[in-house]
Amino acid sequence: MANVFIFPTTSLILSDLVARFGHTPLSAAMQIREIVQTPGLESPPLQITPEDPKKGLRWAAVEVPAGVRGRMSLYGPLLDRAEAAIIVNNADFSFGCMGCARTNELLMFLIRKKGIPVLDLEYPANEEEGVEFVAAIKRFLDSLPGGRA
Amino acid sequence: MKAYTPLLTGTVTKYVFVESPEMTPSDLAIRAYEISQGVMIKETCFGLQVTGREEDVNRIIDSLRALDPTHIFVKDRGFPPGDPRRCRANLGGARPGYFGHEFEMGLVRFISRGLSALPSRRPDDMPRPPVPEKRERLDAARLKEIIGSQES
Repeated sequence: MANVFIFPTTSLILSDLVARFGHTPLSAAMQIREIVQTPGLESPPLQITPEDPKKGLRWAAVEVPAGVRGRMSLYGPLLDRAEAAIIVNNADFSFGCMGCARTNELLMFLIRKKGIPVLDLEYPANEEEGVEFVAAIKRFLDSLPGGRA
Repeated sequence: MKAYTPLLTGTVTKYVFVESPEMTPSDLAIRAYEISQGVMIKETCFGLQVTGREEDVNRIIDSLRALDPTHIFVKDRGFPPGDPRRCRANLGGARPGYFGHEFEMGLVRFISRGLSALPSRRPDDMPRPPVPEKRERLDAARLKEIIGSQES
């Protein structure tokens, strides 16, 4: 069973398919859960405190804006654990503010730099593409350590 | 700043989405209540939220998924149900994150079709999924040439 980073990190489809085919999806929810279940000082809505941009320095340089470093403190630990990644490009709902956009770019760069197996896709637009999309994900996951190949 | 005491520590919450011609969220909720054994089940317009100890939640989800495997989808949720920081009862408007679900729920019928077609597919059939278009980028050497030609 491999830890598979998914992008968009909140994707229902990717999270479900990775778990369905026997691996662990690394999604944003796991990090959010850890943060909201840790006691500390109240900092709604996501319990992100001034400490988090400092933690983000592990993945982003000091001159990178705090918004990107704060987000990286959330995604960075997932990236460290990732043994493979599935990326759906040009997803409408991963569009966000400049902080999100730059964090997404940095994430893509770090994933590729890590040298792990990566599957690059786009969302299907019809049934035929859906069949190929699922088949490609299954084939990719089966080829990973602990896969069913 | 106030001290923060988290609620429902040590639990996991998972969303169960159903997009099936044969099953509604309330059918799914009734099945979930039957086997819940103390696990918190919350029925929603798209399916359920299940909150409890990880092994109990996984047990319930495995049983629910077996009812309609190609039309039931599951993902993790960070916040517990009804959390005032996320619940739309407190915020007004759609819950943050709902738009992502709305977008992907429009596509899950294609995924369901893909899942039902998998068993009939030959293992050596090479998939041809939709992939991002590769755009030709300007070569750095060519850019340098252009800059040089402008300077002279």
